[in-house]
Amino acid sequence: MAEPRVMDIKDQPGFRTIAIICLLVLYVPVLILMIFSLNSGSLVTHWEGVTLGWYGTAFLNEEFHAAARNTLIISVTATIVSTICATLAAIGMTRVKPWRGLAAAFMVINLPLMVPEIITAVATLSFFALIAGVFGLNFGIGNLILAHTVFCIPFAYMPIRARLEDMDLTLEYAAADLYATPWSAFRRITLPLLVPGIMSGAALAFIVSFDDFTITQLVAGPGQTTLPLYIWNQIRRPMTPEINAISTILLMVSILFVSVSFLIARRRAK
Amino acid sequence: MGIAFENQLAAPQLPSRPAYGDNQTGTHLPERAGSLNGVIVPEQPGKNAIEVRGVRKVFGTGENQVAALDTVSVSIRENEFFTLLGPSGCGKTTLLRLIAGFDFPTAGEILLHGQDIAPLPPFKRPVNTVFQSYALFPHMTVAQNIGFGLEMLGKARAEIEARVAQMLKLVKMEALKARRTSEISGGQQQRVALARALAPQPKVLLLDEPLSALDYKLRKEMQIELKRLQHETGITFIFVTHDQEEALTMSDRIAVMSAGKILQVGTPRDIYDRPAERFVADFIGETNFLPGTVVSKQAGVATVKFASSATISAGYPEGFDPTGEVTLVVRPEHADLVPDPAKGTIAGTLANIVYFGTDTHYHVKLDGGGENFIVRHQNSRSSPVTYATGAKVGIQFEEDAARVLKD
Ligand SMILES: Nc1ncnc2c1ncn2[C@@H]1O[C@H](COP(=O)(O)OP(=O)(O)OP(=O)(O)O)[C@@H](O)[C@H]1O
Ligand SMILES: [Mg+2]
Repeated sequence: MAEPRVMDIKDQPGFRTIAIICLLVLYVPVLILMIFSLNSGSLVTHWEGVTLGWYGTAFLNEEFHAAARNTLIISVTATIVSTICATLAAIGMTRVKPWRGLAAAFMVINLPLMVPEIITAVATLSFFALIAGVFGLNFGIGNLILAHTVFCIPFAYMPIRARLEDMDLTLEYAAADLYATPWSAFRRITLPLLVPGIMSGAALAFIVSFDDFTITQLVAGPGQTTLPLYIWNQIRRPMTPEINAISTILLMVSILFVSVSFLIARRRAK
Repeated sequence: MGIAFENQLAAPQLPSRPAYGDNQTGTHLPERAGSLNGVIVPEQPGKNAIEVRGVRKVFGTGENQVAALDTVSVSIRENEFFTLLGPSGCGKTTLLRLIAGFDFPTAGEILLHGQDIAPLPPFKRPVNTVFQSYALFPHMTVAQNIGFGLEMLGKARAEIEARVAQMLKLVKMEALKARRTSEISGGQQQRVALARALAPQPKVLLLDEPLSALDYKLRKEMQIELKRLQHETGITFIFVTHDQEEALTMSDRIAVMSAGKILQVGTPRDIYDRPAERFVADFIGETNFLPGTVVSKQAGVATVKFASSATISAGYPEGFDPTGEVTLVVRPEHADLVPDPAKGTIAGTLANIVYFGTDTHYHVKLDGGGENFIVRHQNSRSSPVTYATGAKVGIQFEEDAARVLKD
C-alpha cells in the first residue's frame, strides 16, 4: 500500500541535477588536489604517472616538520583552552538566574564571528605590538596561542550552548532531588550529557585554529610558521606536487579529528 | 514477596541523612484547626507529614503577575495517599515544586514533620519526586538510575547494590536492569522512575501525574501497583493528577484545586457525595445542574421548588446559606426514569440513549428547558423497562440525591 507522504524534496524535478552540480563544485577541486599529490612529474598541472614520492619528500622536509609542530602546539592548546572557556561561559549563561548584562555578554562572546577576520587580525597585531612596546612583553608562540584561543571561543561556544539549551532541565532537578549537591549534579549529570556538545565545540575550534591564515600571518613572528603559512609561502615559488601531498596530509588530519569527535559525540548522545 | 521487604521499609529510617535533624520528636506541633479559604477544616489526630501554611506563589512582576498558588493551606498526614486534583494550570506542579525545594514560596511556610524546610535546598530534603516526564538519566542504566540517590547519600557499595536489587524486584524490572533507560518502554520507564524515587526511602514521595503518559490499560495496572507500593512502604504519597477517576480510586484524601486555590479537602466519598462547591461537583464525576427556588430551610436541609412547582429537599454544605434562586446538583446515578411522566418529580423527553457496556446514560430534555438531564442506569440482564428516544418520561430522585451548592 502506498502511504500518502509529506512532500519529499528528493522528488522535485531537477533536484538530482542541482545536488550533483553542488557536490562537484565542492569536491572536484579537492579531489584534483589529492590526485596530483600522486603525480610522478614535478608539475601540478601535467599528469605523468603514479608515485608516493612526494609524500616521502614531505615527510623528510624539516621545514614542514617545524610548521606541523607549531600548528599542532597552537591548535591543540587553543582548542583545549577555548573549549574550557566556552563551556564555562555557556554554563554561566544558561544555568544561572538571568543577570543584568546577560544579553550583552552573549553579544560580546559572539561578536568575533561578525567582525571581519582581517580586522581582528590587525587589532590583534596592534595589541601585541602595544604590549611589546609599552611593557616589553613578548610571549613568543604564546602570542599565537592567545590569539587563536580568543577567536576560537565563539566557535566552541555555539554547539555547547545549543546542547545545554536542548538539555532537559528536569534532569538536573531530578539529580538535586536525589541528594546530589550542585557540584555532583554537574559532574554526574550535566557534564556527561554535555560531552557531545563539547566535542562538537572542540572539533570546530580545532578546525578553525588549524587552518587559520589571516590572523596567524599577521601575528606570527620569526620561527612561528604554521602549516597554512608554510603552504602559502611554498606556492609563491614554482609549485611541486609536494604541496599537494602536504595539503592532503592536512586534510586527512582535519577529517580524522572531526570524525573522531563526531563518533564520540554520537556515542555519548545516545 | 512483601514480607522481607516490608520489614525494612515499613519504618523509613534515615540515620545518615545530612542536615535533616534528628530531633523530629522534639518539635511536636499541637493539634490545631486549619482555616481553608474561610472553611474550617478540623485537624484529625495523627501526625502530619507535610503542612502547607498560607503558601502563596507569584510568578512574574508588574502587569504579568500570576498567582500560581493563592494562599494555600493543607495538612498531609503520615502514610497517607494524598491527591492533588485539579484542571491544567491550577498550580499542582507549583505546589509540588515548592515542597521539593525547586522553587521558593512568595509567602507562607512548609513544614515537614513539624520542621520548617525553607532553609533546606532540594538535595537536603528527605523528599523524592517522580517527575511527569520521568526525567531518567539517559546516560545511565536502569540499575544506575535507581542507585543514584543512595550513591549521592554516600551509602556503601554493598548496601546500594542490595537496595537496588530490592527495588528492581519491587517494580519487577530485574530482567532489564542493565538496559539504558532509552531502551525500555514507557511503562517500564515509569516503574524505574518510581523505584529511583523510592530507593533512598524518602519520608514523602511526590508524584507529578506519573501515569498520564500511559495507555488506559497500563494506567489501570500501575494504579493498583502504586497503591500496593504505598501500602508496602508506608511512605506518604502526594499524588498529582487531573484525572478525577484516578483520584477517586487511589486516594485516602483528595484536595480539589482550582486557579491556585484549594477548594475542598476530603475523602473520595466526601468529595463525591458532599462537594462543597459547584466547581467541585462539576469537576468530579458527572453532575446535573437544575435551577430552583428555596422555599424553606431547616437544619441543613432546604426545600427547593422547581419551575414545575414540584419540590425536593436538598442538603447544603455547612457555612452556606442558600436563599432565592439556587442551583441544585444531582448525580446521574442518583436519579431514575419512570415511564409515566406524571410519576416523576420532573419530566421530559428522552433525547439520547448512550450505551456504555456497564451502564446506559439517558439524556432527558426537560420540559422546563435548560441543559439535558442525564440519568445513569446500571445495565443488568433483567432491566425491566426499555426506553426509546422521543418517549415522554418522568425522573425520580433517590433520597438525599440533591444538594444546593455555592456557584
Ligand atoms: N516558571 C513560571 N513562570 C511563570 N508562570 C508560571 C511558571 N510556572 C508555572 N506558572 C504558571 O502558574 C500556574 C500554575 O502552573 P502549574 O504548572 O503549577 O499548573 P499545573 O496545575 O501543574 O497544570 P498541569 O496539569 O497542566 O501540569 C499556571 O498558570 C502557569 O502558567
Ligand atoms: Mg503540572
